[in-house]
Amino acid sequence: MLALLVNPVAGIGGPAGLAGSDGAAVQQRANERGASSRATERALAALAEVAAAHPGARVLTVVGTMGADVARAAGLEPVVIARHGEPSDAADTTAAARALADGGASLLLFVGGDGTARDVAAGLGAGGRTAVLGVPAGVKMYSPVFAVSPRAAGGVAAAWLTDGGLPVREQEVLDIDEEALRHARVEPRLFGTLPVPFRPGRTQARKAATPADEQAAVRAAARGAASALRPGVRYLLGPGGTMTELARLLGVPKTPLGVDVVLDGRRVLAGASEHELLDEIARGPAAAVITVIGGQGFLLGRGNQQLSARVLRALGADALIVVAPEQKLIDLGGRPLLVDTGDPEVDAGLAGFIRVITGTSTTSIYPVDAPEHEGEGHAP
Amino acid sequence: MSLPVAPKPALRRFHQASWDEPIIFELSTPGERGVLVTSIEPGVREAVGDVVAALPAGLRRDTPPALPEMGQMRVLKHYLRLSQENLGADFNVDIGQGTCTMKYAPKVNEQLIRTPGLTAMHPLQNPDDAQGVLEIVWNTERMLAEISGMDEVSLHTQGGSAAIWSNVAMIRAYHEANGEGEQRREVITTIFSHPSNAAAAKAAGYDVVTVHPDADGYPHLEALKRALSPRTAAIMVTNPEDTGIYNPAIKQWVDAAHAVGALASYDQANANGILGITRARDAGFDVCHFNLHKTFGTPHGSGGPGAGANGVSAALAPFLPGPRVAREGDRFVVREAGERSIGAVAPFFGVIPNIVRAYSWMMALGAEGLRTVAEIAVLNNNYLLQRVLEIPGASAPYATGRRRIEQVRYSWQQLFEQTGVTSEEIGVRAADFGMHYWTSHHPYVVPQPFTLEPTESYSMAELDEYVAVLAEVAREAREQPEIVRTAPHNQTVHHTHHDDLDEPERWAITWRAYQRKYFAEAAA
Repeated sequence: MLALLVNPVAGIGGPAGLAGSDGAAVQQRANERGASSRATERALAALAEVAAAHPGARVLTVVGTMGADVARAAGLEPVVIARHGEPSDAADTTAAARALADGGASLLLFVGGDGTARDVAAGLGAGGRTAVLGVPAGVKMYSPVFAVSPRAAGGVAAAWLTDGGLPVREQEVLDIDEEALRHARVEPRLFGTLPVPFRPGRTQARKAATPADEQAAVRAAARGAASALRPGVRYLLGPGGTMTELARLLGVPKTPLGVDVVLDGRRVLAGASEHELLDEIARGPAAAVITVIGGQGFLLGRGNQQLSARVLRALGADALIVVAPEQKLIDLGGRPLLVDTGDPEVDAGLAGFIRVITGTSTTSIYPVDAPEHEGEGHAP
Repeated sequence: MSLPVAPKPALRRFHQASWDEPIIFELSTPGERGVLVTSIEPGVREAVGDVVAALPAGLRRDTPPALPEMGQMRVLKHYLRLSQENLGADFNVDIGQGTCTMKYAPKVNEQLIRTPGLTAMHPLQNPDDAQGVLEIVWNTERMLAEISGMDEVSLHTQGGSAAIWSNVAMIRAYHEANGEGEQRREVITTIFSHPSNAAAAKAAGYDVVTVHPDADGYPHLEALKRALSPRTAAIMVTNPEDTGIYNPAIKQWVDAAHAVGALASYDQANANGILGITRARDAGFDVCHFNLHKTFGTPHGSGGPGAGANGVSAALAPFLPGPRVAREGDRFVVREAGERSIGAVAPFFGVIPNIVRAYSWMMALGAEGLRTVAEIAVLNNNYLLQRVLEIPGASAPYATGRRRIEQVRYSWQQLFEQTGVTSEEIGVRAADFGMHYWTSHHPYVVPQPFTLEPTESYSMAELDEYVAVLAEVAREAREQPEIVRTAPHNQTVHHTHHDDLDEPERWAITWRAYQRKYFAEAAA
């Protein structure tokens, strides 16, 4: 039986530029910045796929905003077997995951980010029989337990019900300590594994931390990017080690997980929110400089939600500079780069091919897909 | 009845010689000589005078050179011992150096180049006294023009990358001559083209744009179209690529380049699978090059000199490097590079011993024989592909299920995931069986790669022997991985660490550098 678990505050820190949503304090700050969670809307997108194939299917779930509401809205029949406190917190997720598994769930669809995945893993423990699949709705999704998009997750869940199960493989649950790393290195830690059903191209690859011997390649890519920057343009530097290296070359500090704005060799804004970025873009010519997020191949929509569809629309065409060592493209194993801004029109506009700066005077032309449009394989 | 000799095991019980031989400088005995030169007769001395005094002071040594002092027999023994510590091309089934086309270099050609008529020849010889060798150079150029379909060929360069450099230098000169040098600043290549194309283009000052393969493993035509613009100077591609996959849309690639005013340059360093079957010019290419020391049966750089050949369309002919041999009526002359030529990238007009070897090789085979070479090389490769894929843990990524041309870039990724043993470790362990392989150019696009190219030279039995070694090492990786990880065990040297190669303070590639870096006082 399918089970559903929604983290209703997942991703709330993303558009607000808070590098994650863990902890009540961050969630409150995000609320103050006018942010809202994408969890409900993303859960609906996933469940719509399930409902299309299995109208009125019964779903084991949690009361209210942690599952039942959205299951009902999607046209499924919620079977509530778990409750939560008000407001809900991480302990509720852990307890609910355990309850759903005990209640006979064969596949647990959870909606959230890496923090949610950690809480689910804690609830299920090691060696459990319940398969788990993440609907991406958090700020960071380093763990390869997530489908590449909500619709892809729904597609896998629908196939699970149709086929009475799918092959599963143990995948790592990774997360970064948000509080410690708002100022330091991005280095995911392993928090356990979960059995994840897979169909090729439908789940994210593990986010690879860049090994030390690849630092030279990162420096070369950053140097290539530095020589492409022009005076009088506001550059929105995204998160990631390559962007930190670029900032170092430019002689400005960098928020590791945030978007900083650099103009003529000065940092004019640090850890900017979506609204602040829109204000900056209104002041003059601007471009976003971003890198590929590890092994997943995401350019947009993972860890840099501040660079939202609205921001990209405001930047206009050809205002996206992508920088990454060639090895990062190679490590995708032929899979395309991915964009998932939540706005199908913006995603579709970015799909096709993009030029990636890989070093001084070197670039690569690489395919870009929006996951919602992902067809059969760029894989070799 | 017992056999006269014990039957041989399926796998060769190989052991490399290990002489523990000192460096030749350490073998020096002061005063020992290989040849005792007789003193100069008085009449000669008077006639010649003091030759050394006639040299400019700046060219005269203050002290004799610090050469090792040794008798002939000890020199001979020293180098014979070193030669036994080598896994040379004529010893092993040398198919593991994929992209290098390690075919047999016929020894009869060694005899030819050692004839006194050639060894006594000097590049500055009066052409009237060198008509034979000049004719060989000219004929070789014409044959390569026929093989490539190009209008003109220069045999001036001395190696493959020098020839690729000449390709890009000609492209640059062509656009400059047309007033588009400033506008055309980009060269497009593919990630599976030989990296010398990207390197030469970058050395020539171009921005390099790399195209990745499509889902089928072919160079991505749509990506190329996206990359092409009025800024494109050229596409510089290898075909078949280093994966052994032939780009079926190669004509569309060339046409797309021409449509934006760019040139198309074809890296045919390894043309072994297409000799007499396809021609660069027929696909529309403007420039191409060959390595005589790959396709045309002459020894490689480490086993002899290399030699490159640049072929061009008539429009690019004025830019060919030189000097070159030309025909004037019935005579052959050496012509200096013309005004628009990119000039000399090496001294004189070609590596004569290799040109003579290649000429002999082509003449011995004839046109039909050249095509047969390609056909057998392709057959050998696809037989080997089938056999390697039977080894659990081996795969051939890209274009799954399809045939390859003359080589394959294989992957041990599955074996690595099962055992943690890397392709490099497997290659080193293969040396314990008298075989070897090379992995891949960097970066490794195919994970845990190894690249095999059997050429036309090897028999089915030899290919089977090579596969048996790979299968055995793969079995060891599963069952006794420590044996593989700590290899080699039957070699001249055992497991080595390469860290020193990354430390300029520790590497020493000359005796003098070794003395300076490790025995600073002794050298002082």
